[in-house]
Amino acid sequence: MTAIDPTTHLTAEQIEDLGRELDAIRDEVIANRGEKDAAYIRRVISAQRKLELVSRGLLLFSIFPPAWLIGTAGLSVAKIMDNMEIGHNVLHGQWDWMRDPKIHSTTWEWDHVSPSDQWKHSHNELHHTYTNVIGKDNDLGYGIMRVDEDQKWHPFHLGQPLWNFLNACFFEYGIAAYDLELGKNLHKRRRKNPEFRARARAVGRKIRKQVLKDYVIHPLLSGPSFLTTLAATFTANLVRNLWTHSVIMCGHFPEGVQVFERRSITGETRGQWYLRQMMGSANISGSKAMHFMTGNLSHQIEHHLFPDLPSNRYAEVAVKVRALFEKYELEYVTGQLPKQVFSAWHKVFRLALPNKQPKAGTPDREQDLIAA
Amino acid sequence: MVTTPLLPSDYLDLVSPLRTGADLRGRIEAVHPETSDAATVVIRPGRGWRGHTAGQYVRIGVDVDGVRLWRAYSITSPTNRQDGRITITVKAIPDGKVSNHLVRRAKPGTLIQLDQATGDFVLPRAKPAKVLYLTAGSGITPVMGMLRDTELDDVVMVHCAPQPQDVIFRNELHSLVADKKLRLTEVHTDTDGKLDIARLRELLPDWAERETWACGPAGLLDAAEEHWTEQGVQERLHTERFRTGIIFAGEGGEVTFSATGKTIDADGATPLLDIGEEGGVLMPSGCRMGICFGCVTPLKAGAVRDLRTGEITEAEPGVLIQTCVSAAAGPCDIER
Repeated sequence: MTAIDPTTHLTAEQIEDLGRELDAIRDEVIANRGEKDAAYIRRVISAQRKLELVSRGLLLFSIFPPAWLIGTAGLSVAKIMDNMEIGHNVLHGQWDWMRDPKIHSTTWEWDHVSPSDQWKHSHNELHHTYTNVIGKDNDLGYGIMRVDEDQKWHPFHLGQPLWNFLNACFFEYGIAAYDLELGKNLHKRRRKNPEFRARARAVGRKIRKQVLKDYVIHPLLSGPSFLTTLAATFTANLVRNLWTHSVIMCGHFPEGVQVFERRSITGETRGQWYLRQMMGSANISGSKAMHFMTGNLSHQIEHHLFPDLPSNRYAEVAVKVRALFEKYELEYVTGQLPKQVFSAWHKVFRLALPNKQPKAGTPDREQDLIAA
Repeated sequence: MVTTPLLPSDYLDLVSPLRTGADLRGRIEAVHPETSDAATVVIRPGRGWRGHTAGQYVRIGVDVDGVRLWRAYSITSPTNRQDGRITITVKAIPDGKVSNHLVRRAKPGTLIQLDQATGDFVLPRAKPAKVLYLTAGSGITPVMGMLRDTELDDVVMVHCAPQPQDVIFRNELHSLVADKKLRLTEVHTDTDGKLDIARLRELLPDWAERETWACGPAGLLDAAEEHWTEQGVQERLHTERFRTGIIFAGEGGEVTFSATGKTIDADGATPLLDIGEEGGVLMPSGCRMGICFGCVTPLKAGAVRDLRTGEITEAEPGVLIQTCVSAAAGPCDIER
């Protein structure tokens, strides 16, 4: 909410100081980035591949309940690792500095129906550059929801709890549609655009491959376990979708996260850009395992400040970033996963209805202030 | 289909990175010191290795501090080595990231990337009757590959090094001399001064009749080329240079967009992305602030400076640069 700008106590000079301090944190990580980090990502990739192989191997005998259970759990975790700690971060270019063509943002492909190049455009360029700017950052409700009072209400939003639930279940397809900007491009005139058609075909090809692997080949290889393997791969995809959706909702939708007016970013300085990232993101607190399974997106604030730093370094960066929040008297939005998921869902329900104030878009808290 | 979006090889690489059909790699099996700043690295190449000819070099990709760096080194092992291993001999140069890593820190068991052997600094099929090897410093390495590989009737070597203990392979050379397989003149430049190429006649009256292979620093090779040309025997001189071209890490430079066929003068402060776009080159672009990597493009030649850190990136195969935060640091070639 932009009702009360929580950054008004900062002078322009302070904001640039803040920017310089953040730059220094970034430089420090880059200066000592090296062999250990490279070993980390190679270890994670290797573990993910082994886990997937073993899980899929077990699922060949999925007719036996223990094999189904362990295989499905393993495959779910493997898919989450592929998408989060590996795919998302490699595609951000976090590991490009290693100059290994096998682990590079320009060559990586992930276990996901959205082709990586399309996702990189909508996520890295649009979302990370225009984070939380209404009308510029489509991640604010993915074009199907209203997640801030300042977004205009439409009767369509009445159904948004349901849209959000469906999106959660089929999140990878939601993302593919989103990366294609289907809502915008399905208009008659745009549908024929050759560039859009080429991209749509690429998505079609990717979906075909993914479906063939998970729902045809793997079950067929399982022979008598055909149906149980089918159920297992479906479950693993569902678990992955629900999990990634929850994590990603926690990044920008919980209460306390700010959104910004389109005009507020014209002529934005480096310091102001940093400040917008700080105020527009929310973290998830938890154990090391939690951070790992979220692909370190639990350090969403740090990730938005430094999207190209290796994910294994966000935890140490977070300590310094949090100290800066305190120094500059800013609110560091964070909480346990259940709390943040609840907060985000609560918003989805609340904003399904128009704002309480008669004039949509009038911040209610400002009214309170004037009244006081 | 089964492994999409990966390839079966991505899984096979986990267990057998040197198998047939894999990208060519090698495993370091041992590192033997030669002098105080040179070492021989024994490499077991992958199954796809097609062998080499004595005198050729191999490009290797080594991860130094997590960053893959490619360098070329002459192969010093003979072609008929029984165990199929190859060796390279590396001299640590000041500030040399890869050479220092290989000489001082490389561990047996490490995987490295390999290319097939290449280079035309080799002996002809018909053995020349009289041969001169003219070398200095680590320039001895390709010649050692030849000496170990091919026995010739009349071989003379003139080798320059600062001091006796700096001569790589010194014991082996001296035993070749003892076996009368080689005549050797060592020039110790710390005491004797630099080899004056005109003095060669004193050391070796028949130098002009000899088929000559020369390898060493640019100064020596330039002088040799001049001398051989003056005497009209330049067709008998074969040279190998370890570094071609000079890198200008200065203020701006001429940027070539080779795929588009455009050359534009750039200052040292404007991002290459802007330079290209202003010149009408189709540039991929993204956030324009160095975070999204939507603009990464291969750097084919020259050097660029990261506008954020001032760090210079030099062209090597496989190097991609973020054009939105990189400026020309001397002439460069961007693959667009």
